[in-house]
Amino acid sequence: MKTHEYQAREALARYGIPFPPGQVAETPEQAEAIARELGGKVVIKAQIHAGGRGKAGGVKLAGSPAEAAEWTRAMLGSPLKGRVVRKVLVGQALSITREFYLGAVLDRAAKSVGVMASAVGGVDIEEVSRSSPEAIVKVAADPLMGLADYQTRDLARAVGLAGDQAREFGTIAKALFRAFVECDCSLLEINPLALTEEGDVIALDSKMVIDDNALYRQPSLAALRDIAEEDPAEREAQRVGINYVKLDGNVGCLVNGAGLAMATMDAISLYGGEPANFLDIGGGANAGQIGAALGIILRDANVRAVLINIVGGITRCDVVAQALVDLIREGALAVPVVARLVGTNAAEGRQILAGTAVALATTMAEAAQIAVALAAGSAARRPAGAGRTGPGEVAR
Amino acid sequence: MSILIDADTKVVVQNITGREGSFHTVQMLAYGTKVVAGTAPGRGGREVEGVPVFDSVREAVDATGATASVVFVPAPFAADAIVEAADNGIGLIVCITEGIPVLDTMKVCAHVRAKGSRLLGPNCPGLITPGQCKVGIMPANMHAPGSVGVVSRSGTLAYEIAGQLTALGLGQSTCVGIGGDPIAGTSFIDVLTLFEQDPSTQAVALIGEIGGTDEEEAAAFIAANMKTPVVAFIAGKTAPPDRRMGHAGAIVSAGRGTAAEKIAALQEAGVTVGVSTEELVQAIAAIA
Repeated sequence: MKTHEYQAREALARYGIPFPPGQVAETPEQAEAIARELGGKVVIKAQIHAGGRGKAGGVKLAGSPAEAAEWTRAMLGSPLKGRVVRKVLVGQALSITREFYLGAVLDRAAKSVGVMASAVGGVDIEEVSRSSPEAIVKVAADPLMGLADYQTRDLARAVGLAGDQAREFGTIAKALFRAFVECDCSLLEINPLALTEEGDVIALDSKMVIDDNALYRQPSLAALRDIAEEDPAEREAQRVGINYVKLDGNVGCLVNGAGLAMATMDAISLYGGEPANFLDIGGGANAGQIGAALGIILRDANVRAVLINIVGGITRCDVVAQALVDLIREGALAVPVVARLVGTNAAEGRQILAGTAVALATTMAEAAQIAVALAAGSAARRPAGAGRTGPGEVAR
Repeated sequence: MSILIDADTKVVVQNITGREGSFHTVQMLAYGTKVVAGTAPGRGGREVEGVPVFDSVREAVDATGATASVVFVPAPFAADAIVEAADNGIGLIVCITEGIPVLDTMKVCAHVRAKGSRLLGPNCPGLITPGQCKVGIMPANMHAPGSVGVVSRSGTLAYEIAGQLTALGLGQSTCVGIGGDPIAGTSFIDVLTLFEQDPSTQAVALIGEIGGTDEEEAAAFIAANMKTPVVAFIAGKTAPPDRRMGHAGAIVSAGRGTAAEKIAALQEAGVTVGVSTEELVQAIAAIA
């Protein structure tokens, strides 16, 4: 789960990580009042779930409270990197001499938390890792022992800090690591971590991503979820326990298992089509979930055909087939469907579908070819509920 | 021959009284797996399908000599179940549970390693040595005994490949699902090492997917250490960047972990990479 900068900042501040004073504003008047209280120059930063805000015009320097209000007015409600700005962070502008990067990530290969630092801060760290990977130093914290003091000293030295500043950096690195672990993060970054003209080390921007699997034990962090940043169809899918990702093609897919779902998308592409989505109904899906999954797929107006690929393990093919038959009976299937059912109760499933409008395939390759042909031959259609904007409408 | 499990493997099912645990106990018993015990704290003394239920892994091991466990414990408690198994000498711990916080898995992996046990998963389908033993949730009828080793991050994709192999008369030595989480107890390299040492495995199908670098590390290992031919398939060629594709670990992040990178690394290591599952199976048929 992604969070906003201001939320990450509040979380990290609780671990003693220093930030310049600042507050969130939802109106130009609030921004003006915050700027007046802070005095001097302030930075106005759009709060959206996307990086690269600066380049896109989402970060502005204001010399006066009036200017702060002006920038805030310009940003609020306006689109930025495909999102709509609803809040801005108004923070005191500081005079900076150097900028660093400090971050903690999951180190999948080392099965540990990797803590990384770079003397090249304030820029896109992914770009740095591509163009000059040697500019990033990384230590692996032991999963049971945690981040050791010597490792923070190594990081400080590597980015060129010494003395009090190295100690301040070390304290911040330890706090960051503690926050990463205690908040169940999968990513926690301070970028940039800045050295001020006064010689203080201070965090200017932060990014926090929480492990979805840990939200059950992080209720206060789970409450930070901003559903306005999420795709409505993906949110609906999540609500019913389905993994759905909207793509740009016209062949809808309904598959059990994430790997098989990806392979099904790849097969559609291999045979000249384009998948409209990734959809994994998970293991042991019931009729309700299958109906909901098809509903989500069909609400995408681009979808011209649907491929159902089930390799039954926990998932029973007859349950999928029966759900499909029920949907046909309700007239809910607006596009041609091809189903490929193998594994648990596949024979029963195929029997249930025999004589219906659903085309049956025996292999994934055959199903993909049929689906691509069906999509090509199927007329453009209006989505269910076209003309209305319901909560489930795909807003893209 | 086979790897990790065979006809003599004695299995304890952790959370045997749960919905999934009891269902798959029936399936495993039907396949001939020696399910000798189950655990369910507070429910010791019962039986599930004739299998004695114990309050703890220690009691189960003491009474039955179980050497492998399969974990059907819900995510918030699964890490503890794995630790309990490792602390009581279970050599192979197979964790089916999906949704374990990754920091729990990280600690558990370190602990299990320190105890000298092996963790398979979490978020995996388990493993099967066809005709002898299955410890997991895969549909058994898609498998047949033979000489192809299968190792996969994805469950259903492994069933798919095994099913196609079986249909062509190509049986499997052992099929191992290593799981779809970003951090897993057993890697491709761990399983490839075992297949390389197993005289009954004549060819290996490696089924990878986007995210992480496990496939790239496997490629380097294959080039340096393997005589047994390996054929691969990588899922997620059409997956968009920065989107999680179902599995917690299936995400291209910061431009890394793409299917293209993995395919290139494997091809560079001399591994044939099928563009489709069918092509992978044909490549296996050509060498097996």
